[in-house]
Parts: sequence; C-alpha cells; structure tokens
Amino acid sequence: MDLSQALEIASHTDPGMVRSHNEDSIASVPDKGLVVLADGMGGYNAGEVASGMATTVLTTELRQLLDEHEPHEVDPQSGQKAALKMLQQQIAKANTSIYQAAQSQPQYAGMGTTLVVALFYDNKVMVAHIGDSRLYRMRGGEFSQVSKDHSLLQEQIDAGMLTKEQAKHSSNKNLVTKALGIDPAVEAEIHEYDTRPGDIYLLCSDGLSDMVSDEDIGMTLDALGANPNLAAQQLVQMANDNGGRDNVSVILIKILQEYPAGQGLAKKIFGWFR
Amino acid sequence: MAKLILSMDGLVLKEILLSKERTTIGRKPHNDIQIDNLAVSGEHAVIVTILADSFLEDLGSTNGTFVNGKTVKKHFLQNNDVIELGKYKLKYISEALAGAAKAADFEKTMVLRPGAMRKPPEAPAAAAPAPTPAPAPGHAATMPTGMPVTAAGADKSHAATQVGVTAASVGAAPAPAHAPAATPAPAPTPTPTPTPIPVRRATLKLMSGGNAGKELELTKPLTTLGKPGVQVAVVTRRPQGFFITHVEGANKPIVNGKAIELQAHALNDHDVIELAGVKVEFFFKP
Repeated sequence: MDLSQALEIASHTDPGMVRSHNEDSIASVPDKGLVVLADGMGGYNAGEVASGMATTVLTTELRQLLDEHEPHEVDPQSGQKAALKMLQQQIAKANTSIYQAAQSQPQYAGMGTTLVVALFYDNKVMVAHIGDSRLYRMRGGEFSQVSKDHSLLQEQIDAGMLTKEQAKHSSNKNLVTKALGIDPAVEAEIHEYDTRPGDIYLLCSDGLSDMVSDEDIGMTLDALGANPNLAAQQLVQMANDNGGRDNVSVILIKILQEYPAGQGLAKKIFGWFR
Repeated sequence: MAKLILSMDGLVLKEILLSKERTTIGRKPHNDIQIDNLAVSGEHAVIVTILADSFLEDLGSTNGTFVNGKTVKKHFLQNNDVIELGKYKLKYISEALAGAAKAADFEKTMVLRPGAMRKPPEAPAAAAPAPTPAPAPGHAATMPTGMPVTAAGADKSHAATQVGVTAASVGAAPAPAHAPAATPAPAPTPTPTPTPIPVRRATLKLMSGGNAGKELELTKPLTTLGKPGVQVAVVTRRPQGFFITHVEGANKPIVNGKAIELQAHALNDHDVIELAGVKVEFFFKP
C-alpha cells in the first residue's frame, strides 16, 4: 500500500551554531509510511557513524519487510501485529551492527545513538524510541509530547525530585539512560496510537527540544501546519536563533487523509476499473 | 564541582566542595559540615548531589532551613542561592560557574549506564562509599572520548558502589582493558553562551477594511496573517529582525507593490504588506 498520498513528510537537519559536524541522521520512506531519526554520540565522527548505521539498517531492512508483509496483520500465534515484530527485530539488528562495529574498530569504541522510529499503517502509528529523541503530536490545536525520554532528568521528574519547570534549569540535560549500540542488547519502548486526518507528528533530536520551548514548537506547528516544509525550516531556525548548541533535526508528518489497511484483493480490482 | 561558602555576619569561614553524594549539615560532630551553634539542629539538613545538580533537604530541624529568605523543605539549588541556618549562611556556587569555562565536550549527550545507577536520595548515608569525584571540567581535553565500553556482566556490586556518578558517564574511568587506549577528545571549542539579542519592537497596522487603524504588536516569535485555506503568510521575529514568509495559497503576499519570493523576506520600517485583500503597514516601535 502506498502511503505517499495520505502522508505529507517534511524534514530538515542542521549542525547548529556550535558543533562542526552533524551527528544526527534522518531518513524516511514515504510510500511505506516510515520515518527514522537518530542522534549519535561518541568521539570524533563515531556519533555520525552510529546514527547513520541506525537509519540505514532500519530503512533498508524495513522497506524490504514491508514489501513482503502487511504491518497491520496479526500473527495468530503471538497475537501481535507484524509491525511490532518488525520493529523489534530490526532495532535489535541495528543495535548489534553498531555494537559490533564499536567493539571491533578502535576509533568507534563507545559509540551509540538515540533513536525514534514511526511507522504509519491502517490509520495508526507505531512508535519505537530509545534515549531522548522525541515524538510530539499536534491534534486540533493541542500540542503534546508522546514519547517519554530515557534520561536521568526524566527519571528525576518521575521520582518527584524535579518538576518539569525545574528540569529546564538542570545541568544534567545530556545524560541518557538508554542508547542503541552501547550494550549487546537493548529494548526499545514501543507503543501504538490512532491517527486522525489533520494530525501533525514531529520527530526531533534534543537539539530542538533543549533550545526551543514546547510552547513555541506548538505555536509553530499551529501557525505553519499548512506548510510542513516551511514549519520544519522554521523549527531549525528557531533552535539556531536561540543559540543552536547542538545538532538540530526534525521530521514532520502530516496526516492528509485516512489510510485504512487495504481490503486486499477487492480493493486492487476496484482500483483496476477506476 | 559545586561548592558552598560558609559565612557568618559577612565573614567567610570556610569553603566546602560538594564532592560527596550526600553532604550532611548539623550541630553534631559526625556531620560533613558541622556548625556548632545551638540554633542548628543535631542533624539539620542534607545536600544530595547528582552529577552537576544539588538538592537541599531539611531533615526536620527545629528552627528550619531557609533559602534566599524562604523556608524550604526540599529545594533544587541554583547558582548563588543562599542557605541560612540560624545566623550562618551557606552560599551555593554551581559547578558550571565554579570551574571557569565549561568544555563543549562535557555537554555532549552521554549514556548513563543503569547498572551503575543507585537510587539517589533514599539511600542511607552509611552505605555511601568514598565518592568518586567528578573530574574538573577543565580536564576535558585529556578525557577519553565518550563512554568507555564496560565489560558485559561487570561485577554488579562494584558497579553499584559508583555513587550515581558513573565514571563511564563523565569519562573519568580508565579505558577498559579490552578497549584500546582511548583517543583524546578534540580540543574543546569554547561554547559561546547564547546572549539574548534584544529584538526591536514592531507593530502591524491595518490600513483597510472595517478595522482600519487597528494595531497588532508582534510580540510572539511567529504571527500568522491571512485566511487559512485561502492565503496565509507568517511574520517571524528573529534576532536579525522581522521576516515575512509565504505559507499557503496560490498568491504570494505583496510587499510595497511587489510579490515576495518563496524565501523569507526581511521587513523594513513602513513596509506595506497586502494579502488576502487586506493591507497592513509594518513599522518599528520607538
């Protein structure tokens, strides 16, 4: 099923104002409704290598799997959707690739990356994330953070030590508790949500969420929702205008129309006569 | 590393580095900071330090703990906070400012390994071993890059004694045996502190229609103009000034009689913007 008619995807990535190179990596497969964003870490260019490996492995492998399987199909044995299994397996594969490269190549020792992946199918989105790259949603003027960071700050907020407001002033912003490629195995947090026409989804690296307040991000999506491309540029520009201390990456997905899973053969035949 | 400056009546008595995860304050001698004064309770307060952040907690003291003149039970310390216990004052100087320039490398995202995390505040003080001091920020140039790879299945009990400050996360640990010598980090580029540039105030004034003469001050980072679905443009407020950009619709907004291009168009004083059949004038406020 081709989703490029139902989804409008826009993205932008920038090294920011301080860093010399961009360790973020973004990729999308519009017809499959797949978007991937990774924020790499590790010395020299190892961060770029890790994030690049994550996006490459996930897009190439998932593209192929999505050609062969329908993501909404439920496996009769496990009762789970094919999408879940695909994401789990391919994230594990990406983790292994990065981990092994880090183990075998001295210059890559210790590299890793955050990850946020969104897969759209059957009027739904399945989101997998590791670390502090985020997914937000704009629905009917209401802007909210969908994913919850795997970070020290988030743990402190959950433990009641800090309020969200205080967290903005913390010096421990840069510590994630989970990352891809650091350990031999990692489990991504995966959830599924319903989508509605008009929704706008935002995937971003912490270069955006640390530099621009949620309020201003929401305002931008609200004001420029009609033109996702411009909105993506504007968000990156705002992060840079505020100092741009880190690489900034954004992917916007606007739901243009419903995209229920095809009724298989019947739909194909109807399509023929049209 | 953050520190406290103890003083009484404006006289500096002592400087205390917050090198431990828990720094206790009280009248009794076993406290890390002992203040021998009857107004101070035996166990008066504690400061819990997690990496670069410190939290002050009153331990049910008789006379209370004050920060900047307000009584507190629990408080997230900010640079230059003044803690008061009786006549004594403790000024908190945070790490970032205590250690001159904060290396850019220090700000990079790093992984905090969960195996080495210990429940921070609830842990009894007695269980806390000698703390691993966080490296001075100035050391960044000689720090191993990123996180060293610790051997899988590392001794858990050892990991647990790492006092929240996982050496791995701050890069203080020596490179593990199986990993080759860590390459030194590239020379840290000084991080320019983003100084908010004062943006001039500007206003849009309606020149046509029923509301002619009405003004709209451009206070938000973005202000949209026009009718959704017909023609929309946005005015963005940036450090460099104000810009108008076409968002949607077949026609582009007209500035001083000329349709703008797709890119953002810088606005000058007394520019006249036409869109969706409405004329507005842009001007800077004195």
